[in-house]
Amino acid sequence: MANDKKVAVLGAGMHPWGKWGRNFVEYGLAAAGDALAEAGVAWTDVQYVSGADTIRNGYPGFVAGATFAQALGWTGARVSSSYAACASGAQAINNARAQILAGLCDVALVVGADTTPKGFFTPVGGDRKDDPDWLRFHLMGATNPTYFALYARRRMELFGATEEDFAAVKVKNARHGLENPYARYRKEVTAEEVLSSPMVADPLRLLEICATSDGGAALVLCSMEYAKKHAGSQDLVTIDAVSTVTPRFPQAIIEMPNFSTDSSVAASSVGPTFKQSVAMAAYEEAGIGPEDVSLAEVYDLSSALELDWYEDIGLCKQGEAERLLRDGDTTIGGRIPVNASGGLSSFGEAIPAQAIAQVCELVWQLRGQATGRQVEGARVGITANQGLFGHGSSVIVSR
Amino acid sequence: MTTKTRVPAIDGWFTLDEQAPTLLGSKCTSCGNIAFPKETFFCRNPQCQGKEFAETPLSRTGKIWSYTDACYQPPKPYEAADPYVPFALVAVELAAEQMVVMGQVVPGVGVNDLSVGTEVELVLDTLYEDDEHEYMVWKWRPTGARIGQGA
Repeated sequence: MANDKKVAVLGAGMHPWGKWGRNFVEYGLAAAGDALAEAGVAWTDVQYVSGADTIRNGYPGFVAGATFAQALGWTGARVSSSYAACASGAQAINNARAQILAGLCDVALVVGADTTPKGFFTPVGGDRKDDPDWLRFHLMGATNPTYFALYARRRMELFGATEEDFAAVKVKNARHGLENPYARYRKEVTAEEVLSSPMVADPLRLLEICATSDGGAALVLCSMEYAKKHAGSQDLVTIDAVSTVTPRFPQAIIEMPNFSTDSSVAASSVGPTFKQSVAMAAYEEAGIGPEDVSLAEVYDLSSALELDWYEDIGLCKQGEAERLLRDGDTTIGGRIPVNASGGLSSFGEAIPAQAIAQVCELVWQLRGQATGRQVEGARVGITANQGLFGHGSSVIVSR
Repeated sequence: MTTKTRVPAIDGWFTLDEQAPTLLGSKCTSCGNIAFPKETFFCRNPQCQGKEFAETPLSRTGKIWSYTDACYQPPKPYEAADPYVPFALVAVELAAEQMVVMGQVVPGVGVNDLSVGTEVELVLDTLYEDDEHEYMVWKWRPTGARIGQGA
């Protein structure tokens, strides 16, 4: 099936992840500057600025598109700011893509950046007894790792996953991230170190749970016509699909920040789960299937969650993720490397930047520029991501 | 010991029946969909236009779908005891309602006492207290365990 909904990626840029404690705008500008330089596009030629919002940096974070545009110098470009929890970056990519595909602009800049506090993510302040995110902390002390651990334990029960499997995911991703200049943690870890790190939410340990990080990522996107004029006949990296679908009722798997699932009394729960449907919609839009994919960047908020993603994005059948991992299929050099960047395990999560960073990694991988972590011959990559309140995303990139 | 007034930590989510408390959900009068916490505006079944809901008590017992614990003190607005005492959490399948509901496990029962499929029942326990009040919340307790007993 021919896909006439492609946009080209001219440039990608990132600010290294870390705990720098500086203004998030600084990271966004550094990433934007790198992406524009890589694209060979002047800021004054950008027609649309798409910002991914951060909710932990006051008003400038809520209007990130305008914040970055002002910092780069007002040019009268169209602008938008997007918030979609962990999928904010993909939402910002999708907004830019839609503008380009609608013919409303030729070239767009997508930027997301965050500065994060230490420790558990906490709800927005105040006394808000009508906000489930506030209430789950107040009434149950349920943090994000609580939910990750429920899924991990379920995996152990259903599929015989072991703590050693979960540790092996961390060991693999730490090794993948060693040479990534943008990763925050660039240190090899052993399974023994993982398994002796403190338990946080049984069965998940400290080294298996994604940290919160500062960071910034940016992309320069444009129409295929603009790209051909601008970049000539060279192989273009394109975004072929962006999926941001909602779950379907009744949602039978407990999700952050909820107290319960939907009930299946009035309508039965059939068909794919939410995470499966996010990836399926992307494949359908791109006109490809999991067998066409060379590599994947998935949201390893916990080590165990990466295994769920193998199945949800169709790399294997349900219950086979542990075998895929143990066989080395998802390690660089294997059949379908997952998180060649090092994943969230090596980065920590910088929420509005993370889904953009996943695409940056795929762009560099497909161009053969991922020094020290290159997946040889990569032609098609997929990202997968999920956040709170029913936001998730999947992006397919090809060359 | 002075007696503090027991009040729910949140209004309308559960009964204060000390012996046999229940969670209070809503039932759509049009399609029968059950929700917890209660639906008040619009039925979330996309095939239903219902806007009226009856309060419905949820099953008092269910089976553990999955479980974990909180080894580190959760941040505010959780009101932790000082010193902090770790607790377990469960997601519980309610057969009649065909849904999963979360909650803390009673003090003294840890992850080693739990397994997927174990039957648990709803009880009331103190979430936190101030000078005048004990703020009550629902918790789950394995039906094999005795009231108020530590493990």
